[in-house]
Amino acid sequence: MDSQQRQQYWRRNLRLMAVLLTIWALVSFGCGILLVDVLNQVSFLGVPLGFWFAQQGSIITFVVLIAVYVWRMDRLDKEYGIEEYESEVRH
Amino acid sequence: MSDIQLWTTVFVVITFALYIYIAYASRVSDTAGFYVASGGIPAPANGAAVAADWMSAASFISLAGIVAFSQNGYAGSVYLMGWTGGYVLLALLLAPYLRKFGKYTVPDFVGDRYSESARMVAVVCAIVVSFVYVAGQMAGAGVVFQRFLEVNNTVGILIGMTIVFFYAVLGGMKGITWTQVAQYTVLIIAYIIPAVAISNQLTGNPFPQIGFGEILDQLDGLQRDLGIAAYTEAFTQTSRLNMVLITGALMFGTAGLPHVIVRFYTAKSVRAARYSALWALFFISLLYTTAPAIGAFSKFNVLNQLSGTPESQAPGWYSTWRDVGLIEFTDANGDGIIDIAAAGSAANELVINNDIVVLAAPEIAGLPAPIVGLVAAGGLAAALSTASGLLLVISSSVANDVYYKKINPRASDKEQLLVGRIAMAGAILLAGYLGINPPGFVAQVVALAFGLAAASFFPILVLGIFWKNCTAAGATAGMVAGLGTTLAYQIWTIDIYGNSDGIFGIPETGFGTVGMLINFAVTIVVSQFTTKPSPVMQQLIEDVRYPGHTKLTAAHMKGEVSGEELQERDSSVLLDEDEDPPSRDR
Repeated sequence: MDSQQRQQYWRRNLRLMAVLLTIWALVSFGCGILLVDVLNQVSFLGVPLGFWFAQQGSIITFVVLIAVYVWRMDRLDKEYGIEEYESEVRH
Repeated sequence: MSDIQLWTTVFVVITFALYIYIAYASRVSDTAGFYVASGGIPAPANGAAVAADWMSAASFISLAGIVAFSQNGYAGSVYLMGWTGGYVLLALLLAPYLRKFGKYTVPDFVGDRYSESARMVAVVCAIVVSFVYVAGQMAGAGVVFQRFLEVNNTVGILIGMTIVFFYAVLGGMKGITWTQVAQYTVLIIAYIIPAVAISNQLTGNPFPQIGFGEILDQLDGLQRDLGIAAYTEAFTQTSRLNMVLITGALMFGTAGLPHVIVRFYTAKSVRAARYSALWALFFISLLYTTAPAIGAFSKFNVLNQLSGTPESQAPGWYSTWRDVGLIEFTDANGDGIIDIAAAGSAANELVINNDIVVLAAPEIAGLPAPIVGLVAAGGLAAALSTASGLLLVISSSVANDVYYKKINPRASDKEQLLVGRIAMAGAILLAGYLGINPPGFVAQVVALAFGLAAASFFPILVLGIFWKNCTAAGATAGMVAGLGTTLAYQIWTIDIYGNSDGIFGIPETGFGTVGMLINFAVTIVVSQFTTKPSPVMQQLIEDVRYPGHTKLTAAHMKGEVSGEELQERDSSVLLDEDEDPPSRDR
């Protein structure tokens, strides 16, 4: 990678992180705590929605967020022609 | 010997034999194997090991009860979100870059990136946090032995110590990691089976996460009838601000705990480190989405079966657990009927220990003895796996960061390994002693460890990676300021030191978030006015951000360039080699 590609790669990584961390904060602090009483007016799977986010939804979203991150980073690495092989061990 | 004891013994013996066999099969002969399993663990196995490391005796035995009973439902969400949300921060902000940096411990990163004095501060933080934790694990193992096998507490802890000694001293990180994979399997099976059975029994739906929804409405109604605030209602126990602060302290603390971070050094590659974080949170989420369901089912069962019941007609499990002191009934009005009301009110006659929710769940649901035995083996797996991960942090901090880096830099690999094993043995003995004679404040201090980790490590790790101009003086000042204010606030507020209400009613468990912000602010401000990191250091931080290896990152990983050489001003000679662009890939 030349320095311009490196800059591009880093900027795209940062943008992905910013999007995912915003969702992270919205789901946990937003839906689970700050907006919980509003969302509790709605029922989801028989559970008040705010309470569901605080005890189930946020955890499920966290797993999905990391999955998206892993998937997008793999794609980004490929786009820049780099594939780290599982055999790589350096210590 | 009762059926339950027989089955518990069978499961405990089988699982312990399995752990010892794995330890023998994965014994190591060099420091890379001892500290980080030679960086050769596949991602799913590493994820399972992180999960076992993470989920302690407290997660396994107490979490469901804390959420359902002591926190009355909604307020318990801080633990559920806090102890899982930190993994998103770890996966996105720390794991890939620390793996690329490629050292053995968290103080190693701090020492190389910043300075030797920062390394020593980090070593002290890492050791204190780990010891506080490990004492609780040993005590947890003792409790399981005592309750299920009627073995003396001390004997129980000694048995646990022997097992950990065997696989941790022999196999180091490699032995610990593969044992933890087995321990995760045992503990998750032991947790899920009773949950599925109870969910099926109560709601007709075998998935506890879905059956959960069918019970909450009834539980809310039941609690309202008894004058207890509804289970799903928000802010009945903890205010909005404190919910945010406590959740934050637990999340950022998780991302700053040394025994969790060190796990990403064991991954095979940067890519494998990312996958490890994904697997880890997936495995953890299986237990953390089940726990609130078990909590709600058990509370429903307890209220339904006991409230308004004459004590003489109470179900069989009631007397079993009352006899061991996990259920306390004081017949305040002397009518022989169990009256339940809001906790702490005069009309309430029943006090339920948090631990009963998981330990008694199979009996309350009338499940057969082998399942009860399985739960005991699961509790032990949770306690021992967390203890061994923490002990490794202690021994590698002593052997690598203190002995090798400070006392004897010319020590051969064999000598370092020996020191590591001796440190491990010493740590096990001390942890066992603390487990047998727990200082009175251990339980409180464990909850505070997260705040301390959030206020000390998290900001300087993140800034160290994402801000090239973050200076050694800035990071040291930030760590001291964050740790100092948080520790001072915690000591001032916790009950044993005078029960103050604190500032703005912020509880001691939530102050870590404030301490973290102080750390960030101090680090950034001081960094503006102090000498910038050397050009080589800035280049290394730059290189860590991209895939593939440069000569600089490779040399640093192999230990050909020390932290001090990187920090020197005139070290730019190291850069010259690196001009050739093709060498940057792979």
